[in-house]
Parts: sequence; structure tokens; C-alpha cells
Amino acid sequence: LSSPLPQSLCLVVPVWNSSTRGVHDLSRMVGPKGNQRKRRTLVQFLGDHFYDVQALREYFFRKQALKVQLENRSFLSIKNQYGPYITGAFFILKQGGAVKFQGEEWIRPSGRGHFSLDFLKFQAVPVEAVDASGCALNYNGLDNLLPLKELQSLWLQRCPHVDDWCLSHLHPLADSLQELSLAGCPRISERGLACLHHFQNLRRLDISDLPAVSNPSLIQILVEEMLPNCKVLGANWAQGLKLAPEEQARDAAGPVSA
Amino acid sequence: MLRRALQPSMCRCLSTRGLSARRGGSTLDWGGKVSEIKKKIRSALPGGSWDAPYDTSHLPPEHADVVIVGGGVIGLSVAYWLKRLEGRRGAIQVLVVERDHTYSQASTVLSVGGIRQQFSLPENIQLSLFSAGFLRNINDYLAVVDDPPVDLQFNPSGYLLLASEKGAAVMESNVKVQRQEGAKVCLMSPEQLRNKFPWINTEGVALASYGMEDEGWFDPWSLLQGLRRKVQSMGVLFCQGEVTRFVSSSNRMEDASGEEVTLKRIHEVHVKMDHSLEYQPVECAIVINAAGAWSGQIAELAGIGKGPPGTLQGTRLPVEPRKRYVYIWHCPQGPGLETPLVADTSGAYFRREGLGNNYLGSRSPTEEEEPDPGNLEVDHDFFQEKVWPPLAQRVPAFETLKVRSAWAGYYDYNTFDQNGVVGPHPLVLNMYFATGFSGHGLQQAPAVGRAVAELVLKGSFQTINLSPFSFSRFYLGEKVQEANIY
Repeated sequence: LSSPLPQSLCLVVPVWNSSTRGVHDLSRMVGPKGNQRKRRTLVQFLGDHFYDVQALREYFFRKQALKVQLENRSFLSIKNQYGPYITGAFFILKQGGAVKFQGEEWIRPSGRGHFSLDFLKFQAVPVEAVDASGCALNYNGLDNLLPLKELQSLWLQRCPHVDDWCLSHLHPLADSLQELSLAGCPRISERGLACLHHFQNLRRLDISDLPAVSNPSLIQILVEEMLPNCKVLGANWAQGLKLAPEEQARDAAGPVSA
Repeated sequence: MLRRALQPSMCRCLSTRGLSARRGGSTLDWGGKVSEIKKKIRSALPGGSWDAPYDTSHLPPEHADVVIVGGGVIGLSVAYWLKRLEGRRGAIQVLVVERDHTYSQASTVLSVGGIRQQFSLPENIQLSLFSAGFLRNINDYLAVVDDPPVDLQFNPSGYLLLASEKGAAVMESNVKVQRQEGAKVCLMSPEQLRNKFPWINTEGVALASYGMEDEGWFDPWSLLQGLRRKVQSMGVLFCQGEVTRFVSSSNRMEDASGEEVTLKRIHEVHVKMDHSLEYQPVECAIVINAAGAWSGQIAELAGIGKGPPGTLQGTRLPVEPRKRYVYIWHCPQGPGLETPLVADTSGAYFRREGLGNNYLGSRSPTEEEEPDPGNLEVDHDFFQEKVWPPLAQRVPAFETLKVRSAWAGYYDYNTFDQNGVVGPHPLVLNMYFATGFSGHGLQQAPAVGRAVAELVLKGSFQTINLSPFSFSRFYLGEKVQEANIY
């Protein structure tokens, strides 16, 4: 009698503990093996019997989604004051990513998310590269990046909210973008990759480790056909051998999948 | 924090109980005790079962505030927005009556599932833009706690419309309207078209418009099931049955010019159960006609169109089922991954289906060769004679192809002007229409549902003004023409 109840109480925790959640939760929702564990938790049981609990759960669920939306709002006042480059850089740094202005060093936030505002002086310097790996960037957030007309490299590795709609949204960058990495994004499928044909200047494209893509090797060939000038990194037969230890290491170290 | 406080004390109390029990005596039947406690808890908790003398669980309720006739994507979307925009949780009771829960003939699931902003009417563009936003954030709208997210399988590949020299000016002005409304559409010359899609033969093409964003196709079944699940979790009632009769009262009144008009009000909807003669009268305040291709029949049941011709009473709802074919073919040399949905100057269209060089497409028959809508049989000669030649001329690779399969579905075709009918009937005061979208109902359903819900709850359109789509245009003879209907 004593063993099942405390365990199910432990499963209650994520609902209350809203500080560290958000990003990770949605990615788990979409992941291939995410929601398969069919266990009725105590909260589920109470939710089935009491409308209040159900409403409360829905409220927390909505709050999570709202948090992501809030993080991805566009900074209109900054845009009016400093112009598109600073806005884009500020947005990415605030998300925890890194930016590189043309001819400058990479700017990264510190481990606790702080960054110096020295880059405000680069108002006229175009942003050359953006590394948004692991950021909670979504469709609306991309609006901040689209005015960066000189953007050459864009890393969107392991972004939990980047989906097929986002890829179709990126077309204003088609003329400048030379390097694009989508590795490890859980919500990108072959349907979104099909609209990369706008990016005819692309030199390097990383589409490895996309769990939602159904036939990775076939898709790689089709993408190569679509973008003849581009080197496509993707699923090769050695992938399974290389990836396994790397994935483990990432799980242990990454703050996203803690 | 609460957990941290709770957990140790809970553990302690449970473990001591467990220990004392073991000490107390091994003769006690613990399994029996546990089930007894469970029984007690079950009787104390709400939601226990109770056996009524007659089982009426299969019948719809005797009262409902809103009865929605038709459980397709439009009906469900209306139900969703009614529940979402209601002032207080559970404020209105909504009943959805659907004739066939397998949706075997429903237009929703038999459609090609495209979404585009390339219309000519600003209202249609706005509807489609709103719906694209809805579909993009579908898991914010339709998420149900503990259920997996809705996977729409959206293909953001865009629409490519081709125009001949005759249609180029119209296309240009349409694209101007589309851009004003915020759609991302670009115009392409035949030269640009050849560069971008080398597999197209640009002979006879003067201009092309290509949707960059929010256009493509998705899986209608996923949307339908997602809506259904969400709506059910919000407390909307479903019932499998057929609406056979409306009980209404009428009031004779005189209008300004002294002519007599009869105002009707529906009080009861008779819902006949599936495969039986049993029926249930449902008292209701508002009826929403979202019966798609069969909404003309529902309107007739309510007495719409049964009056002297030429009067408002005698104006029928001009929505009827029209059969449209869809063919799937295989073509190994066909266009690749980048293929958008191409709509040719002749009206034929095709799109990629999956990755194995399969394509899907068709063409709308002309008014004279309209097939009999009595059944859903496919006419394969239609492909050979009417669809294949223009497609093979446009895409030379399609000269060798093999038809894999085909199906037919219904359009809820508005014979008057091929546009939707939204809003109340001027004489049957509490019947609202959401029908007649002639093939673009699926892609506009989220927005239409919202518009109807606003009309019902707030009394006027709030987000998108759909007053041009009102019923009275059939009486007044004011056509709202849409140029881009496929």
C-alpha cells in the first residue's frame, strides 16, 4: 500500500514546479517516445473527477504556452530606436544564443544569461551570423531575424519550437543565407524541408538528426537534388555509430534536456 | 514547495501504517480491505454510475442552447468558438448533430486539404489568413491536457497560380489586394518561372503568382479529429442522428411598404436516431446550419424557399452537392520536392503527394458536364479527356503517367456566386448559416466558426466583417463574385 502513492505524488511535481519548465516540456511532447508512457497520475485522476483540478491544469498548460509566446515577442521600441541589426542581436542574446557582427568577435551571454550592451554601438554594422542553438525560438520570434538582410549563417540546432511553418517563414533571408543548420530540431519534418528550395545560395545545410523526418536518407537525396550547389549534411550510414555517444553526452550536459 | 512539505510527512505516515499493519496480524485479508476502501472512495467521489430505469444515454438532451446541424469541420469550428468565447465556463450548452460519424461522405475528409490566400475578395483573404494563423498555432488552440498534440502534417509548399494573357491583368489586381491584406504572394514572369521550376512548360503563360507563406496543404482528418477532441473536452455534446423536422412558430407582420411577411422562430429540432424510428425533440434557442452539401435540404425543412417565387420567403438557399473527382497518379520523371500546388490556366491543378513521385490533382467540370451527384463513383474517362491533356501540356513529364487511384467528394456548391453563406436568415430568425463555401470551406473553417460564434454571442462580427456573405444577397441579386475557384 505504501509504495504507489508517494510515487504518483512525485509525478505531480512538474505541474507545480513551473520555474524550470517551458522549453523542455513541449519538446518532450513532440518527441517520438515522449508521451507514450500511459500511466494515470494522481493529478489525472483528480482532473477526471473535479472540474476545478481540470481547469487548473488547463490554466498551467496555457501559462506555459504563453511564456514561450512572451519570450518571442518583437521588440518594437528597440527596433525604432536602434534599427533592425541591434534588435535581432538583442533578441538572440536574450534567448541565450550568440551573434556575430560583420568583422567582429562572437558575442555570447554568460552562463547566467547576462551580456554586456557594448554591441549597441554597432548600429550600422550588419549581423553576419546567428547561433540560436537550443533557444526557445518560435515562428513569431523569427520576425526579429528576418530584417537581417546580410545574414550568412544561421544555426537553429535543437530548437524545440522551430517547425515546418518557421522554415516557410525564413524566405526573406533566401538571398543572403549561405549556411543553415537545423540539426536536432524535433518538430521539423520533410514537409518543411521541401520549402528550402528558395535558398538557392545555400552552400552548407545540416539536416542530421531530425526525429520527425520519415525517410532521412531519401530526404537527403531529394534535398541534394533540389539544392544542387549545396553540401547537405544529413543521415549517412555511419550516423548511428557516431551519434549514440554524442547524444548521451548532450543529455547529461545540456541545460535544455535536464 | 508544497510538495517538499508534503512528501516526507506523507511517506512517514504511510510507512508507519504499513509497518503497524504487518505487526497487527497476518490473518487480516488485505486485498479485501483495499477493495472495500476503494469502493467507499468511489461512492464518495462525484461521477459515480447510476442506473436509470430506461437507458437514454444514446439520445441527445431534451434542451440545448445551440444546435449545430452538421459535425464537419465548419460545424465543429463553430462549436469550438462558441465554447471558447462564452462569457463563463459552461454558460451555453451546444449540441452537434452529425448524420454519419464515420464521415464516409463528408466533404471535410474527402477534400484535397489545401490552404491559400490567393483569392480575389478581401473577405476570403482575411478568412484564409486567420485560418492559417489558427493552423500554425493549432496546439495552442486545440491542446487537450494529457492527450498527444495535433499533428496537422502541414506542407508549406505554396500555391502557384498561372494566368494566360487574358487573365494576367485580373491576376495582377488580385495580387495587389492580397498584398494589401497581408498575404505574402509574389508575381513571376514566365522567365522567372522557368528558372525556378524548370519542369514547367511556360507556353501560354503570361504571369504567375506564387504564395510564399501560409499556403500549402494539410491533413483534413487530423484537423477534424483535433477539433472533435477539443470540443468534446470543452463539454459540447455529440449525437449521431438526422434532423428531420423543425417545430417553429410564425408571426405575421407587415413591412414598411405594407407587404405581409411571416417571421418564423424555431423552437424544437427533431433528431431522428440512426437506424431507428426513435426520435428526440430538442428544445433550442438557436440552430446553426452547417450541413455542408446538404444544407439546402435543412433550410427547406425550416420552410426556407417555400413561398411565392420572387419574394424573400420564396428565396431558396442555393447550395447543392456537386461531385468533384480527385486522381492520384505516379510519374517517375515528375517534378521533385519543391513542387507547389500548381493551378493551370485551364483550371486543372495538381500537387505532390508524399515522396515517391506520386501526384494528386483534378479539374472542376464545366456547368454542362456536371456529373450526377447521387453517388460518389469516379469517372475515369474524365481524367483521360479533361484533366490529363492540359496537365501534360503544362508539365511535359506527365506525358507518361499511371493513375494509381481516385476518389470523389462533394463540394457544398453555392450556385449563385460560389461564396460562403454566413449569418442569420432574415425571416427564420434563429437559423444561422455557415455553409456554401464551394470547395474552400475546409481552409476557412476556423475563421468562419469564429465569425458565426461572434454573431451568436456578441450580435455582430468582431474580427472579420462577413456581412457581404449574408443570405439576403440571394434575394437582392447582389453577387459577391470570387474569381479564384478551383
